[in-house]
Amino acid sequence: MSEAGAVAAVLWLSLTAYAVLAGADFGGGVWDLFATGPRRARQRQAIAAAMGPVWEANHVWLIFMIVGLFTCFPQVFAALALSLYAPFTIALIGIVLRGAAFAFQAHVREAIGRPIEPWGAIFGAASIISPFFLGTAVGAVVAGSVRPSPGGAEFVVDSPWTAAFIADVGAFAVALCAYLAATYLMVESRGDKDLQADFRRRAVGAAIASGALGLAGLILANAGARPAFDSLTGRGLPLLLLALINGPLALLAVWRLEARLARLAVAAQVTFVLWALAVGQWPYLIRPSFTVDAAAGPTSTLTGFLIVTGVGMALLLPSLYVLFRVFKGRNPAGAEEVRLA
Amino acid sequence: MLGRFIIGFDMDNVSLARVTMGTSLAFHIVFAVLGVGLPVLFSVAEGLGIWRKDAVWMDLARRWSKAFGILFAVGAVSGTVLSFELGLLWPRFMALSGSMIGLPFSAEGFAFFLEAVFLGLYLYGWNRLSPVAHWLTSIPIAVSGAASSLFVVMVNAWMNHPAGFQLVNGQVTEVDPLAAALNPATPTEDPHMLVSAYVCTGFLVSAVYAAGALRGRWDEAHKRGVAAGMTMALVAIGLAGITGDSSARFVYTDQPAKFAAMEGLYRTTRGAPIHLGGIPIDSQQRVVFAPEIPRGLSLLAAFNPDAEVKGLNEFPPADRPNPIVVHLSFDTMVGLGLLLGVLSLVFWGIAWRSRAIPQLRPLLVALALAGPASVIAMEAGWFVTEFGRQPWVVYGILRTAQAATPAPGLFITLVAFLLVYVALAVTAARLLLLFGARRRQAR
Repeated sequence: MSEAGAVAAVLWLSLTAYAVLAGADFGGGVWDLFATGPRRARQRQAIAAAMGPVWEANHVWLIFMIVGLFTCFPQVFAALALSLYAPFTIALIGIVLRGAAFAFQAHVREAIGRPIEPWGAIFGAASIISPFFLGTAVGAVVAGSVRPSPGGAEFVVDSPWTAAFIADVGAFAVALCAYLAATYLMVESRGDKDLQADFRRRAVGAAIASGALGLAGLILANAGARPAFDSLTGRGLPLLLLALINGPLALLAVWRLEARLARLAVAAQVTFVLWALAVGQWPYLIRPSFTVDAAAGPTSTLTGFLIVTGVGMALLLPSLYVLFRVFKGRNPAGAEEVRLA
Repeated sequence: MLGRFIIGFDMDNVSLARVTMGTSLAFHIVFAVLGVGLPVLFSVAEGLGIWRKDAVWMDLARRWSKAFGILFAVGAVSGTVLSFELGLLWPRFMALSGSMIGLPFSAEGFAFFLEAVFLGLYLYGWNRLSPVAHWLTSIPIAVSGAASSLFVVMVNAWMNHPAGFQLVNGQVTEVDPLAAALNPATPTEDPHMLVSAYVCTGFLVSAVYAAGALRGRWDEAHKRGVAAGMTMALVAIGLAGITGDSSARFVYTDQPAKFAAMEGLYRTTRGAPIHLGGIPIDSQQRVVFAPEIPRGLSLLAAFNPDAEVKGLNEFPPADRPNPIVVHLSFDTMVGLGLLLGVLSLVFWGIAWRSRAIPQLRPLLVALALAGPASVIAMEAGWFVTEFGRQPWVVYGILRTAQAATPAPGLFITLVAFLLVYVALAVTAARLLLLFGARRRQAR
């Protein structure tokens, strides 16, 4: 594989890490907004306890990906910024509000024992808005709606079906985030059977919603987003088939309360979907104008980036291991806090 | 169109992009400097607390880390805004320079990653880690905070002195990203920003406790809060003076147009004087209302009272920065910096003579004001760098006007970000005040 290919793989891996880790933090916000029933407060507490130690580290995967993109594929970054200005800006404002709202609430809960409005509602709403618009950006790229123009690049929608496909990908992203969060929270709330049952119900609901939106996406891609459809049924087909097989198995694991297995299966599901899209449109980063090799920056920069990444990961991965070991190991932070409550 | 409706006129995209980027940077930098400086303070406090089995130091470490939890979160999300805005507002700048400035940005990404990981361990690990293990997690926070600052300022240094590539017919070739990161402006700009972060942190922390003392709270925690902040401030303000001096002399040789604007020097002069304050008036081609130190500028810039200093007249009008903004910002930074230096010497002089942390009311008032003053000085310094580099975004290579996005909707973005920043600032301030209030109630 060329250096550009290696960099593209690193960046897609970091997007995957962002999706399965920070995606669950967005999903946590969704379930905070829709916390209902007699255990409403405990649900919110479990979400906050699960997110607290890790959400900031999870968020950095996005920054790493953005930085890697503008370092190694500056033309692609410029094209995305020009054509998808609106969805990125909205997602960005959502990311800012969501992160700040979470930090405010976490500290306020300690100081005065209850969330301060309107930050509670902002936390939930922003957790839906950000993944939706990031999802639409992915949808627009795989649908071939980012086209070169005299000014650099523009967003073009060929038919209402294309627009429907892009919106569907956005909704699909939100549903997957909610699905991830609910299954992760099943693991974190093992010490409290009622609470775990709440999250199981939510996981089943999110599984059905994301399954439906995913299948709808396939149909819409066939109708209005041929590049995406060709990706998924071409080179991406093996991964798509894996996703189609793994989907029901993940749901079964959730249904049978196999919490750890479910967590793994749902994370794998998100990974299969993302990689089906990436592998499917290889060697294009953006169809039909930018291939991986043609859009890459100078070799010296790519080499430098891979070296920095190697050194950085050598420091980062052990640190991340310690972080997750301390807070997500046998005795997750969530379980402890919930028992205390 | 919306601009005409709300503010009475339409702003062009370049102005909108500049205001949006500038506001974002000015907002973020306040949280960023605390992100660099505060970990040093809570690391030292916790270390002292463990070593001497001292509850007051432990309590200070806990408080500072809690405040840091909020400040870091706001810093992290506003930093994310900046990483996106680079492309959203300046796509042509990024298309040109991404491959050259990307390496320090990537390294900064990892430093930020490590800071976030260890902060998670530190904030939530008080009861899960042994005391020494917990203290150890503070060290990577402090180190990666400093590293972030060094890496990210390399990018700004590169914008001031682009290096590490060849430009052939508008095409970038022979990119050497290491030479770009370690460009000639890096050795002066990097240290100056790093020590400025400690200056601001030191003065802000002591200001919080001095303000508490003025309201009649003068317990052990307040004394140590003032002492810890002023210790950091004393060391850092001295280093800020030294690094600032070398930065200014580098600008004298490297960016003469910026230097002329900093000093309000319109005409090339041998044995040039220093203007102390005053307002540069373009139409009169001179600085008015300013006492002068004859030959002072030549002496300071080149160690030679007769040295020639280039004036703005050497540059075509289209290539000149705005001397009003740059000169006033420069004098604000230098003036406040000198006052802060004098204040820290006076404070420690009195402390040394009386063998106690001084509780004199006028001194406490000065300390309380020094916190915001240090932030103003730091922001003014960035105004000098950024307005002084205009009309270029990459000095001598790419004009700011050519780099902005043509995308519509910038006015709405600006208004939205302004509202978000106001909401974040107000809430963060409210929460930090609330912490103080709760602690007093608890006692």
